[in-house]
Amino acid sequence: MTTDIAAAHRAVDAVWRIESARIIAGLARLVRDVGLAEELAQDALVAALEQWPAEGIPAKPGAWLMLTARHRAIDRIRREERFAGKLALLGRELEAEQGGAPAEFEAAGDDERIDDDLLRLMFISCHPVLSTEARVVLTLRLLGGLTTGEIARGLLTTEPVIAKRITRAKRTLASSQVPFEVPPAKDRPARLASVLEVLYLVFNEGYSAMAGDDWMRPALCTEALRLGRVLAGLMPDEPEVHGLVALMEIQASRIPARLGPDGLPVPLPEQNHGRWDHLLIRRGFTALLRAQQLRRPPGPYVLQAAIAACHARARTGAETDWRQIALLYEALAALTPSPVVELNRAVAVAMAGDIEAGLRITEDLAAGAELAGYHHLPSVRGDLLARLGQYVKAAGEFRRAAALTRNNPERTMLLRRADDCDAQRQRRGDVSP
Amino acid sequence: MRFLMTVNAGASAPDEQLYAEMGKFVEELTRAGVLLATGGLDPGTHVTSSGGKITLTDGPFSESKEVIVSFALLEVRSKDEAVELARRFWKIAGDGEGDIRQVFGPEG
Repeated sequence: MTTDIAAAHRAVDAVWRIESARIIAGLARLVRDVGLAEELAQDALVAALEQWPAEGIPAKPGAWLMLTARHRAIDRIRREERFAGKLALLGRELEAEQGGAPAEFEAAGDDERIDDDLLRLMFISCHPVLSTEARVVLTLRLLGGLTTGEIARGLLTTEPVIAKRITRAKRTLASSQVPFEVPPAKDRPARLASVLEVLYLVFNEGYSAMAGDDWMRPALCTEALRLGRVLAGLMPDEPEVHGLVALMEIQASRIPARLGPDGLPVPLPEQNHGRWDHLLIRRGFTALLRAQQLRRPPGPYVLQAAIAACHARARTGAETDWRQIALLYEALAALTPSPVVELNRAVAVAMAGDIEAGLRITEDLAAGAELAGYHHLPSVRGDLLARLGQYVKAAGEFRRAAALTRNNPERTMLLRRADDCDAQRQRRGDVSP
Repeated sequence: MRFLMTVNAGASAPDEQLYAEMGKFVEELTRAGVLLATGGLDPGTHVTSSGGKITLTDGPFSESKEVIVSFALLEVRSKDEAVELARRFWKIAGDGEGDIRQVFGPEG
């Protein structure tokens, strides 16, 4: 019997994971308060944990949770005067849906309206009144349905830190009286950029996971990808949404190939392309095509996806079209100038055959202060110098990079490359750089 | 985590209503970002390799309940989620049988 109850609880958890974002979104429309909506949804979850083990999972579990949450909402509003103003709203909504229980269940899951609610919830979770950290946490919580503990494990922090961040974020939204709406046309590009940024941050957090990390970290990649796909369904006319999805699908396709058997990272050009996940590559290409079919000037995510697609198209590292990649980086640098983009362009230019030109770009970057402390800069310089046979300088750059990185496997790899340079120099009997 | 949900032969033949409901379900799963691929399978050719000798046997096979006729590749966060989606699938599909099996990936 206890195992039955445990199984039922696991089933309730699974339903919650699948349905919670839509339930919270639907409730938020009714009560106009995301924090309250989440509490009410949680109340419904508690009710499900009490009832489903005995009565079985209802035919439409999502609709059941939604209806229960609405009833809880009314109960609470009656109990707590501070929510009194919201009673009228709720009463009206529920009245409109009366007409026998089955009809009520159907109405609770009205798909199109829930889609709109879900989109509003995405925008509000990534609202500019919140800090970027708060946006990430709130998105994982409200849209991902992740527990506080899971978010903490995913982001390498503690549960109380995450709990505090969530509480504060909800309070900020309530006190700023952020309306529960899809932003008006004039604000939409900036607001959408914030949503995309948050999803890509979550993805990269997962992508930076190392062998031996808690599984919640790489799971963040899947979560960001899933939310990106949902967003693409909700905003099919936004090329940048498809661009981000394409970028994440293609980057995720490399996960099986990016670590060697020794647990050390394998640089992209050296990865075994046969180990890439070709299902995800195909999905990425489809998403990129969708973006391109909208015939709008490419934004930063579409350009980055196009770069990722260049890598994915190559059957081996040697077949990579670096010239095209260098051009795409040039377009990206024109759109969103950044030293990191410049550094990537330097790599592409060098890989396309002009190592000296690539090195010159890195020299400009090394002269500036923006990338001081960024280990990829000396790491790239070391690589280019080694290709030019300047092993002494190269070894110095690799050691500088090793001192800057906080990632242990990467440090091991960089020191190994520095030693290789020393060995090459000695083999040549060289003393000059 | 990826799961391969398979359906064996012998399930009830789809009528128009089932077809429509299943279409809606597949669309829902796609929009939710969890359905990666789906397809139907021919009974095909059975291959046996024994002592270096390859034997081919063409279908149809008598033990049709053991033959996989369709599959869905799902990307979900837990086995319980895959089970819940299978439960919803079979609610629509009616009587029949199949399997839910994890596809091992880099995460093990």
